[in-house]
Amino acid sequence: MPDPLPTDSVGIVTPQTLHFETPITLACNRTLESYDLVIETYGELNADASNAVLICHALSGHHHAAGYHSKDDRKPGWWDSCIGPGKPIDTNRFFVVSLNNLGGCHGSTGPSSTNPETGQPYGPDFPVITVRDWVHSQALLADRLGIECWAAVVGGSLGGMQALQWSLDYPDRLRHAVVIASTPRLSAQNIAFNEVARQAITSDREFHQGRYYEYNTLPRRGLMLARMVGHITYLSDASMGEKFGRELRDQAYKFGYDAEFQVESYLRYQGERFSESFDANTYLLMTKALDYFDPAYEHDNDLAKALRGAHCEFLVLSFSTDWRFTPARSEELVNAMISARCKVSYAEIDAPWGHDAFLIPTPRYTAIFEAYMDRVAREAGV
Amino acid sequence: MRTDLKIIEQWIKPGSHVLDLGCGDGTLLDYLQREKQATGFGLEINQDHITTCIGRGVSVIEQNLDTQGLGNFEDHTFDTVLMTQALQAVRRPDMVLDEMLRAGREGIVTFPNFAYWKLRWYLMRRGRMPESETLPYKWYNTPNIHLCTFKDFEALCYRKGFRILNRTVVDGEHQDRWLSRLWPNMLGQIAIYRITREDS
Repeated sequence: MPDPLPTDSVGIVTPQTLHFETPITLACNRTLESYDLVIETYGELNADASNAVLICHALSGHHHAAGYHSKDDRKPGWWDSCIGPGKPIDTNRFFVVSLNNLGGCHGSTGPSSTNPETGQPYGPDFPVITVRDWVHSQALLADRLGIECWAAVVGGSLGGMQALQWSLDYPDRLRHAVVIASTPRLSAQNIAFNEVARQAITSDREFHQGRYYEYNTLPRRGLMLARMVGHITYLSDASMGEKFGRELRDQAYKFGYDAEFQVESYLRYQGERFSESFDANTYLLMTKALDYFDPAYEHDNDLAKALRGAHCEFLVLSFSTDWRFTPARSEELVNAMISARCKVSYAEIDAPWGHDAFLIPTPRYTAIFEAYMDRVAREAGV
Repeated sequence: MRTDLKIIEQWIKPGSHVLDLGCGDGTLLDYLQREKQATGFGLEINQDHITTCIGRGVSVIEQNLDTQGLGNFEDHTFDTVLMTQALQAVRRPDMVLDEMLRAGREGIVTFPNFAYWKLRWYLMRRGRMPESETLPYKWYNTPNIHLCTFKDFEALCYRKGFRILNRTVVDGEHQDRWLSRLWPNMLGQIAIYRITREDS
């Protein structure tokens, strides 16, 4: 944590664990009898609970979106660039709720949690969770927190899909949905990349059909490969070129198969670190949730038809070099919204960082996000 | 509000669904939303304008007419499609007009008149491309690549079978003057046309 603390930081934050005793039935027709959700909140809920903003996380995200857990933390929460006093999601005005989704591995009930029926970790027995299930659980969380209607539900990538799903499943429980660097459904190419990641994990000898906890091991190699391939899709050719180029770790070629190029050692390092800190079963589950997301599917593959029930206003943002969820995918969503007569604003932000650009503040991104959230706040009376 | 926008506003029925091509900072749409309970979108490419629209609650889509067209809008989606002071800056004004009257039932277009007497005089006296308060550019850096006269525009409408429902001619301050009504193609600086397809 920097010293002194920047004035636009939420400072030290403490996660809380909320326990839910009422069973939740999932899209796969299975039921979780009870479960935990870990959340963080920033800012104060106002008297009429009109200023609540829900942050939905992406594939490897969690509840720790802003601030620091302790003075020794090197890095703040994953979206600290956008959440804090005076930032686009201004904690002086909003009450911000960020959670770790069901199936996660940062404290909410997931594959690494203990299955009450067996006393062992769930592992592969944990049900596959969908975006719709997440939104359902988030609505129950809103009930618990006394929030009838969110001022806004905000998310990037997989988080944006949750914001979109909110607008369809609970149209009267949010006033705005902010969908950033997202897509209304994965393409065959997107699913293909996810499948490579899953194959990397499940073919690791240490995976043990997902019961690696019982063998006191981790499918490190597989999860590392999965992360490496995923990571490549988050960056752009240009940003990788800028960061690494063809730079070598040493002066000359060694004519061997060790990591010689900087980009190789970077990917290996990122993959290794990730494989120690993230649960492989959660990774499988998250990629499957991505693959299954397709709100048009139940409406004759007509996205506009699906959106006809939505009442909230939308802000959709894409990034020019994002090749994972390209601007064209956002435009597909926007066009369906136009056709469904939703209120929607759309901008394509010029940014060189590929899909990851949604985490990196740039002047135009910040200005638009700020202008939109300022209006959300004004409407909420804060 | 600018006089031309006031004139346009009179032609928009309450509760209309409106598309504004090149909506600028959203002044007109904002007004139509508040005073006429209109709904709809603005298209814009200027980054600062887009941010201003978003801040004031005007739905704006970043979309370039020249490269993206209006293909993402279904037929007859809008009651009115507007385009103020942008017709002369698009690559194919004829195609944009076609698209306007496909996506909307009516179109409202405003543009500067290149046959305005001061421009004629400028060209005749100096033999150089006219510059004026409404056209403050050099020939090589002007965004106005398809300037036309009122007569040209009306000839195009005739050729395409568009019906002109209204025409108001104003001066550079957007005032309606009797002189410009008398001889519009010579004395009018900016025209506001309300058009539709003849068969609709």
